[in-house]
Amino acid sequence: MTSILKLLEEDARYTAKELAEMTGKSEPEVREIVEKLEKDHVINGYTALIDWDRTDVETVTAFIEVKITPQRDDGFDRIAERIYQYDEVESLYLMSGAFDFAVIVEGKTLKEVSQFVSLKLAPIEGVISTATHFIMKRYKDNHIMFKSETEQEERVLFV
Amino acid sequence: MIDYNAIMNERVRSLKPSGIRKFFDLMADMNDGTAISLGIGEPDFVTPWHIREAGIYSLEQGYTKYTPNAGMKRLREEIAKYLVRRFDLRYDPNGEIFVTVGGSEAIDLCVRALCGPGDEAIIPVPSFVCYGPIVTMSGATPVYIETKAENEFRLTADELRAAITPRTKLVVLPFPNNPTGGIMERADLEAIAEVLRGTQIMILSDEIYSELSYGVHHTSPANIPELYERTLVVNGFSKAYAMTGWRMGYVCGPKELLGQMVKIHQYGIMSAPTTSQYAAIEALKNGDEDIEKMRESYDFRRRLMLSRLRDAGLECFEPKGAFYMFPCIKSTGLSSDEFCTRFLQEYKVAVIPGTAFGDGGEGFVRMCYAASVRDIEEAMDRLAEFVRKVKNERESN
Repeated sequence: MTSILKLLEEDARYTAKELAEMTGKSEPEVREIVEKLEKDHVINGYTALIDWDRTDVETVTAFIEVKITPQRDDGFDRIAERIYQYDEVESLYLMSGAFDFAVIVEGKTLKEVSQFVSLKLAPIEGVISTATHFIMKRYKDNHIMFKSETEQEERVLFV
Repeated sequence: MIDYNAIMNERVRSLKPSGIRKFFDLMADMNDGTAISLGIGEPDFVTPWHIREAGIYSLEQGYTKYTPNAGMKRLREEIAKYLVRRFDLRYDPNGEIFVTVGGSEAIDLCVRALCGPGDEAIIPVPSFVCYGPIVTMSGATPVYIETKAENEFRLTADELRAAITPRTKLVVLPFPNNPTGGIMERADLEAIAEVLRGTQIMILSDEIYSELSYGVHHTSPANIPELYERTLVVNGFSKAYAMTGWRMGYVCGPKELLGQMVKIHQYGIMSAPTTSQYAAIEALKNGDEDIEKMRESYDFRRRLMLSRLRDAGLECFEPKGAFYMFPCIKSTGLSSDEFCTRFLQEYKVAVIPGTAFGDGGEGFVRMCYAASVRDIEEAMDRLAEFVRKVKNERESN
């Protein structure tokens, strides 16, 4: 199971046949394992890692620190739910330390993102303050480096 | 005018250039980006960052001077600890271990320290290309034993016994093996021990692929109590830590021998690169997890390539070590050289003819699976097509 997860984390496009070959399991076995992992929400989805900066699509991403007052009985979860329902929110983490939530927000323009913060995020009940940091450049995401491969120029040939 | 040919050392002139080169020259000509190389025998990982950083940091600190001839004491101590931890091998860092410029230099030193004119060195083939030429350079005679696919390319006791003469000085044990992926297990080594009992023959055990064993733990001849005193263990950082370019290796063995060998190293090399030694210390201290991670990744690709090779209709024994497949291509009716040349020219995939690794390699080709999964799959698809085409040609003739 762990080896299948590791392989899918490396490349989600591996087919059941490929996974079976690489782990020494049968294809039906692999299918069953992956289905169970999906059902148990161990695997929560599959996505491509896109460097939008290399396209003509304009996007802006911001990292927002949010401080909140936890609510009686629900703690942080209730407010988290209210935040992550927005399509603009790419990721949401509960943090230890100086602030409570780290919210990654995507938008088309700076203005769109700041409006989201001031009109939607900040007014949520329980939110005490926000600090918005715009992401200038993405170097690495999910273990993948966003750059072109560099190859050493000359290499030995007979080994 | 100087006649360079006439002044050249006869032993040097007699060496043949490596047979692999030709394929890379062919490949360089097809510079259109669609060619896939399964030819180079080198990890496809970059050295883990913490190891590179240790090298960089040592430069920042200004550690740019020679080290002791045998290598830094701290490095030798870490090697000693590593060998106990991972292979249950015990060597004294003061005198029984010294650091070389890659495993290659260590091999060269072992041969040069032991062999001279009139001696014979036994070399199982197919194997890495360097042993024969190094033996020839020492003035000794290489004696080749062809290991067999039906024995999973192990060296058997009978084969060894038949090759030993009163002149035999050294037996090379290149396992896990490049190019076959064959290994020697404890029982195989115990059988070898019996053959060597009572002789003065030494073993040069090239264990550079020792960390890349799949499903079995690597056993060194030095793990066999009876063989310990007659074994020189050569190992290094290239394959285990993806550090080929750092040129870091070492040799372990009896003090008396290493004390002599270090003289050659002292006069020819002085000391292994200092930056690399600092990086190597970091690798040994904090790199066990890197080894596991890379081995697991090679293992995935090993299974994938084996499965695809068999789908393509080629016979291949399951290699238990290193990162090579050594399929038999006799069913295609082509020689190894024809197979590789045509596969490269018609399907743009570079693999190496088994004959590049010694006579026993005819009828086989080496494919390295330290390549990306997508490249392996594409290459294997092309292989299946190529094999089909060649077999059809045979039938219509």
